[in-house]
Amino acid sequence: MVDSLRGSAAVVGVGLTEFGRLPDRTHMEIMADAISKAIADAGINKNEIDGIFSANFVEMLTPLTVAEYLGINPTYMDGTNTGGSVFVNSMQSAAAALSLGLCNVALICYGSNSATGPFTHPPAMHTVEDVYRPRNPISPYALAAKRHMHEFGTTKEQLAEVAVSARAWAQLNPAATMRDPLTIEDVVNARMIVDPLGLLDCCLVSDGGAAMIMVRKDRAKDFPKQPVYMLGVGSRTDHNLISCMPDLTTTAAKESAAAAFAMAGVTPKDIDVVELYDAFTINTILFLEDMGFCEKGEGGSFVSNGNIAPGGSLPVNTNGGGLSCVHPGMYGMFLMIEAVQQLRAECGDRQIKGAKLAACNGNGGFLASQVTAVFGTEETL
Amino acid sequence: MLKSFACHQSPEVKEAVLDNNKNNTASAVPGPLHIYEENLAKGEFKIQQCKDCGQHVFYPRYLCHHCGSTDLKWVAVSGRGSVYSTSVVRQRPEKGGDYNLSLIDLEEGPRMLSRVIDVAPDEVTIGMEVSAHVGMINDLPAVVFYNKEQGNKEW
Repeated sequence: MVDSLRGSAAVVGVGLTEFGRLPDRTHMEIMADAISKAIADAGINKNEIDGIFSANFVEMLTPLTVAEYLGINPTYMDGTNTGGSVFVNSMQSAAAALSLGLCNVALICYGSNSATGPFTHPPAMHTVEDVYRPRNPISPYALAAKRHMHEFGTTKEQLAEVAVSARAWAQLNPAATMRDPLTIEDVVNARMIVDPLGLLDCCLVSDGGAAMIMVRKDRAKDFPKQPVYMLGVGSRTDHNLISCMPDLTTTAAKESAAAAFAMAGVTPKDIDVVELYDAFTINTILFLEDMGFCEKGEGGSFVSNGNIAPGGSLPVNTNGGGLSCVHPGMYGMFLMIEAVQQLRAECGDRQIKGAKLAACNGNGGFLASQVTAVFGTEETL
Repeated sequence: MLKSFACHQSPEVKEAVLDNNKNNTASAVPGPLHIYEENLAKGEFKIQQCKDCGQHVFYPRYLCHHCGSTDLKWVAVSGRGSVYSTSVVRQRPEKGGDYNLSLIDLEEGPRMLSRVIDVAPDEVTIGMEVSAHVGMINDLPAVVFYNKEQGNKEW
C-alpha cells in the first residue's frame, strides 16, 4: 500500500551554503555548514536527529562520518548511492523510514568541494567500455542529445534555449553563481566539448552544500516554518552504462514521474513549478517530455521562445539550475530545496506567486537513475 | 581520503592473510570479462548467447539479462552493425586530437560503445553501416569499427 506515503512526511527545515568557490574547506565542513543552517531553520537541537541519509563520490561511509561529526547516535542510516538523483531517492527512503517509526527526525545532506578541492574521479567502473575513453559523464549525454536531434529534429539552438532560460532565472537569484547575460549565440558558439554539447551546454562545477530535515505528518506543524509535504515519489532505473540504455531518447523518468504523479493524485498540468536535474541542456528537454509536460520529441520546441524562462508558461529550474546556479557534483538536494522554498514563498524576485505544487526530477549516473517527487503545501493534502 | 582502509590493506598484510589461507583456493575459472579480453588478445571478437532463450548477451555476464539463465555459450559475431548514435570527444592535438565515440547496434542485437576509426570523427553519421575489427587502442586490444561503405570487407 505505497499510497500511504502520500502526505505522510513533511520538510520542516532546509539549509544551503554559499555556492561557487569555498576554498580551504573539506566536503564535510561544507556539509556541516548546510546542516547547521537546516537545524536552525527547523528550530531543533541536533540531538533530535535520529535518521541520516547521505552519500557523495569521495567517501564510502558518509552516514557514519555525519553521525560522528554531529555527535549523535542515529537509529537509522542510509548511504545508498544512485548518483546525483540519490537525495530524491533518500527522500523516498526517509518518508518510508519515518512512516515505519525507524526514525523520527530525518536529515538528508550533501556537501562538496568539487571546485576547489582535489580533483577526484569517481571509483572506476571496470567495464568493457573503459578502453574507448568515453569522457564521462559528458559523452553519454552527448550521445543522447545527438540521437534526440536525429529522431526529432531538435537543434543546437533549442538546447541553448535551456541554458539561456536557466540563466534568466539565475539573474533573479542573488545566490546563483552565474548571473551575467547569456544569449543563444553565446551557447551555440561556445567551445565544443563532446559533440553536440559545448561548454555552455554543461553544468557548473561548484563547491556547495545542502541539507533538509523531514518529520512525520503528525509533527509537521510543531516547527517554525510552514511545512512542505511529500505528496508523491517514484524511483526507477533502466541501465548504468549508456550502451545498456534501451532508448537514448526516453529515460526512466517516464515511469518514475508516472508513479510520483499517481501517488500524489495530480497531473503535470496541475504543477506550478518544476525543478529538473540539468547537468546538461539535453536533460531538461528529455525530462519535460518523459514527465509529460509535453509530448515525446516536442521538448525542443517546448523550451523555445522563453517558454520555461521567467514569464513563460511553465517555470522550470527557478534557482538557475545546475547550469547557472550551482552544481557540486551531485545536484539532487538543490532541486528539492528550491521546490520547498518556492512552496514556502521565500524566493524573492523569482517567486512563483501562489505556488502550491512542485515537481522535482533527480537524475543519477548517465541518465540512469530517475527519481521524481511531488511536493505540496498544506492545502494540497 | 580512506587512509585507514589503505592501512588495513597494506600489501604485506594482504600477503600474510592470503598465505595463511593458501589451502582454501576456490575454483580457478575466470570470469566472463576475462574470457572476452582473452579472446580479443587472440584477435577474436566473441560475445555470449543464451542457450535457453537464444538471445545474445553483451557485455559479458554470468547470467542472461533477458531470461536469467546461467547457460551461456561464446559465439562468433557477423561483425556487421550500424551506428545508433555518435559523438566527437574534442581533445587538443598534443593530447592525441579529437576522436569518435559511437554506440553501435550489432546485427545480433546487443549495442556496444566503440569508435568508428576509418572516417573523420565528425563525419560518422547515425545509421551508417559499419564492420567490426579487433584493433588496438592505447596498446590494449579493442573492438573498433570501420565504415564498410568505404570498401573494407575484412569482416
